[in-house]
Amino acid sequence: MSETETTYREAVRAAIREAMLQDERVFLMGEDVGAYGGCYAVSMGLLEEFGEERIRDTPLSESAFTGAGIGAAMGGMRPIVEVMTVNFSLLALDQIMNTAATIRHMSGGQFGVPVVIRMATGAGKQLAAQHSHSLEGWFAHIPGIRVLAPATLEDARGMLWTALQDPDPVLIFENALLYNMKGKLAADAGPVDIGNAAVRREGDQVTLITYGGSLHKTLQAAEDLAEQDIAAEVIDLRTLRPLDDATIMASVRKTRRAVIVDEGWRSGSLSAEISARITEQAFWDLDAPVGRVCSVEVPIPYPKHLEDAAIPQVPGIVQAARETLGR
Amino acid sequence: MTEPRQSPHPRVSREHVLHLLTQMIRIRRFEEKCAELYTQEKIRGFLHLYIGEEAVATGVMEAVEPDDAIVATYREHGHAIVRGIPMTKIMAEMYGKQEGCSRGRGGSMHIFDAETRFYGGNAIVGGGLPLAIGLALADKMQKRSRVTVCFFGEGAAAEGEFHESLNLAALWKLPVLFVCENNRYAMGTALDRSESETDIHKKAASYRIEARAVDGMNVVDVEAAAREAVAAVRESGAPRFLECRTYRFRAHSMFDAQLYRDKAEVEAMREQGPIKRLTEWATGTHFIHDDDLERIEAQVAREVDDAVAFAEAGTWEPIQDLTRDVMAEGPEAVQ
Repeated sequence: MSETETTYREAVRAAIREAMLQDERVFLMGEDVGAYGGCYAVSMGLLEEFGEERIRDTPLSESAFTGAGIGAAMGGMRPIVEVMTVNFSLLALDQIMNTAATIRHMSGGQFGVPVVIRMATGAGKQLAAQHSHSLEGWFAHIPGIRVLAPATLEDARGMLWTALQDPDPVLIFENALLYNMKGKLAADAGPVDIGNAAVRREGDQVTLITYGGSLHKTLQAAEDLAEQDIAAEVIDLRTLRPLDDATIMASVRKTRRAVIVDEGWRSGSLSAEISARITEQAFWDLDAPVGRVCSVEVPIPYPKHLEDAAIPQVPGIVQAARETLGR
Repeated sequence: MTEPRQSPHPRVSREHVLHLLTQMIRIRRFEEKCAELYTQEKIRGFLHLYIGEEAVATGVMEAVEPDDAIVATYREHGHAIVRGIPMTKIMAEMYGKQEGCSRGRGGSMHIFDAETRFYGGNAIVGGGLPLAIGLALADKMQKRSRVTVCFFGEGAAAEGEFHESLNLAALWKLPVLFVCENNRYAMGTALDRSESETDIHKKAASYRIEARAVDGMNVVDVEAAAREAVAAVRESGAPRFLECRTYRFRAHSMFDAQLYRDKAEVEAMREQGPIKRLTEWATGTHFIHDDDLERIEAQVAREVDDAVAFAEAGTWEPIQDLTRDVMAEGPEAVQ
């Protein structure tokens, strides 16, 4: 099968482009998605190709344009709303939580909201405490929406189309550090499932559970562990809501040890949720307490050395994995 | 029975006056019954009555086509009734019964009805405006000649979503009629205690939306203004803004002791009540007669009784169904 060299950014762009070509109800709107080409250059060139009607630059009105996406979805369109960063999504949280996630229920099943909302998340670019957080775990708390975190080129390319077929709201979190990630993608790469976690590396001594930008650090940690004769299995959650408990538990029952790597803060986090589920469902299979590698509980600082120290890194993941083995 | 909806002007005929009066009395008697049922604990939660404001929903809805969309607030029983959702299904919703228009899941504040394109029932002040511009955007992009009518109170003017949505509607030229139901109090906060500019329609005008204020206690004025505005929205595709100056006779909700306003003020406003005014004018000019009123009241009383009987006979959704209608495919696979 032929492959092409591409980046995560180009894969997301190809996914948007394909969706626009395949379904005339699809359109993109958000801050600087058009003339500027997207804050992270994801939508570069799309305005020229599709025009202002379908590549809509919006005012800096997160609540109104997210709500407009919700309304347009209810009116028969298939909008892709881009929110520049997860921190800005808090300005649209009312619409996401109080409208998108509740309308199907409040209306007794009469109205659904097939909107897709994409946003950048995560630290690592020295953008300090208002542009660097990982709040996807908060959104994963909300019933009524699906939350995706594509970490690979295949998922960056393939999740969007599947999300657009979903009759309910789907939030896609793209870790900003991944946009420049290069790799090979099959020339015929297309839609992928959005229901299952994926085992990205097999091993039988400890399960490392992660998603998004932390996947690649975790895979590096697994490589380092292999050099120390520790066989780690790496699970990429892919979908943060609903969680794929079956894949997680099957792995934990095999390895009897688990470490969760989550760029969110530790308290009240997605990692806490996963740890609780492992305790509920696989407690008697465990040989060690569940470990966690999370962000330190501090707003993300600007200086590089402090930012690096605030978020999960390879040595910390290696250490947490070794601890579950008593090493 | 009603005037042709496309017409930008109402024609005042005996039939039409009777129709307007009937619609307002339907709202009034339905809600009086709701208040009674609330004290009997048949209806729980928040109950926000529209009593006093009936002319607004009634007048505006005369201008709207079946294909148009309605977005309303948590004080929306009246809008739902005059939009044509059966009173039986609305009352069952108030009870929380599964025969309700939202299967009982919404209650008083969340009336939805796909058939009449009634999009709630939004209990976040200002939260309906972004939804409304989105519905209008979908119409515009799909080249449909529909209008979205978005109701909200004057309290919404303090919310960012109000300003964001008005700007976007004007910037993108979206077919929305914004209807501000200015009843002078945001819960207990008087307008002049919360806004530096109390002429709400001027805020809309600052976004270059053609905006005007109208006497919201006069149903004929409201209807005339709404017909003109809806026709203009349909014709131009651009938004319009109507500020209807009205007054809420009852408490904000059933928990409100009304410490923030004088009883005398309420009494004075009751004298200008929309049903009273239309009745006095129409009987004074011999458009209608006392027996018309008796007939309307009897007919509405039957409709309300039927609605209560329907709700009483309704059934509770089984608890096993608790997680339905969260996601499309039934109960979500999340424990």
